[in-house]
Amino acid sequence: MTLATTPRVFAEQRFFKPFYFLLLFTMGLTGFGQMPIFKRYYIADIPGLGWLADFYATHYIHYIGAVVLFGFFVYAVVVYFGLMRRQFRLTWAAYVRIALLALISITGIFRVLKNLPDVVFSPMFTMVIDISHLAFMMFFMAFGIIFMISKKGWLDKKLGF
Amino acid sequence: MPKELSRRSFLKGSLVAACATCASQVPLPASAKAKDGQELATLIDIRKCVGCEACVEACREVNDFKYPEPEKPFPKMYPNRVKVADWSDEEGREVRDRLTPYNWLTIQSATVEVDGEETELSFPRRCMHCQNPPCADLCPWGAARKLENGITVIHSDICLGGKKCQVVCPWDIPQRQTGVGLYLDILPSLAGNGVMYKCDRCYNRIAEGEMPACIEECPEDVQIIGPRDEIVAEAHRLAEEEGAYIYGETENGGTNTLYVSPVPFETLNKAISKGPGQPHFDKVEDQMAHADNLAKAMLIAPFAGLAAAVGRVYKVSKKLDDKTGEVL
Repeated sequence: MTLATTPRVFAEQRFFKPFYFLLLFTMGLTGFGQMPIFKRYYIADIPGLGWLADFYATHYIHYIGAVVLFGFFVYAVVVYFGLMRRQFRLTWAAYVRIALLALISITGIFRVLKNLPDVVFSPMFTMVIDISHLAFMMFFMAFGIIFMISKKGWLDKKLGF
Repeated sequence: MPKELSRRSFLKGSLVAACATCASQVPLPASAKAKDGQELATLIDIRKCVGCEACVEACREVNDFKYPEPEKPFPKMYPNRVKVADWSDEEGREVRDRLTPYNWLTIQSATVEVDGEETELSFPRRCMHCQNPPCADLCPWGAARKLENGITVIHSDICLGGKKCQVVCPWDIPQRQTGVGLYLDILPSLAGNGVMYKCDRCYNRIAEGEMPACIEECPEDVQIIGPRDEIVAEAHRLAEEEGAYIYGETENGGTNTLYVSPVPFETLNKAISKGPGQPHFDKVEDQMAHADNLAKAMLIAPFAGLAAAVGRVYKVSKKLDDKTGEVL
């Protein structure tokens, strides 16, 4: 076994998964909280979940989540290419996840732009952005469940490791 | 004993009659048109209003074709905590003392002391047309939106009536009518509950170069309309030269409806009836300030992630040796 093929364990392999799961769960929950459903369907009546009916609170948390997510994406990309690529390759399931996360992020960026005071989009474009942001998230959740059941992770070890 | 005819009630009666017969369409003067990239604002001078409701009647007349005509019976709602909001019967349609889906402009009144004399003030209330409207920003469906000329509209053919716009509106302006709109074609019992309605400042008339009906028909010229910087300048002139107080310049980060009053708005706010469909005159912080600040943070976040990652890669690369199995 040479130095180049010495298997290494990176701290990211341990904290990425729970951090990523928690972050996306929060984003999904607060994202759905943008629709007036949690109060209507008594979910906000569950002790401790009253904040889900506060549109400003869920919006604030969703934006904070987006800030963390954008930082995390760049961190993950650089760490993958800088440290892990020699040892691992991305699975096809990872490419599907990346594509959907990119689409969710792009539509989310447009939604944030639309919310700035001096930015005005056409009604059709606004609606397309809103609905596609939600639709991509639904696809992401559906594929996430399929990949979880079929145990398709993000990384495969390269031959020799 | 015959009732004494006050100046106010005389003016109210005669002006309503006069305005009802006036059907002319006054064009929007060039000075009132939006300049490039400028939002249009209105200035409501409370000192001039006599409460004749000519603006209310004009609004109802010109916007009549936009009012809801709901289908009955209404779909049964599940769960039943979602209440029907119905203003469509004869009595509901005639309500004028509050905002409803059929009454987008209401007259509020307050008895206050002006220059040591007890005075009854009246003033029109409607959507403030915020510069950064939470209703439009937070509408999950894109039904509420702000136009380039600063008017916030709700598209009745898109709105699902979830009432989020009313909940996030600092003045609770939009009002719901059940039994109408897109939700009837989707999941009428499970999602949505009608359409939200509010003042659209006659955006269709403005687009055709006409004045909003409430401004056009006002016999006392209570309202003026123009580019926002000119309206703000005029409000400041009135404040400095005549001791008036301003509302709307900074409320919720700035609105395109400004009021000037002879008494502080705290005083006015205490003297008016407040409640559903009756907006307050409280101070309002910028409700969307957090979103604007966090949007800037979103620009910085990738650079923070990049810096952290480069530092991490550099640190680990230095440690790289044959320490197999050790967590790096």
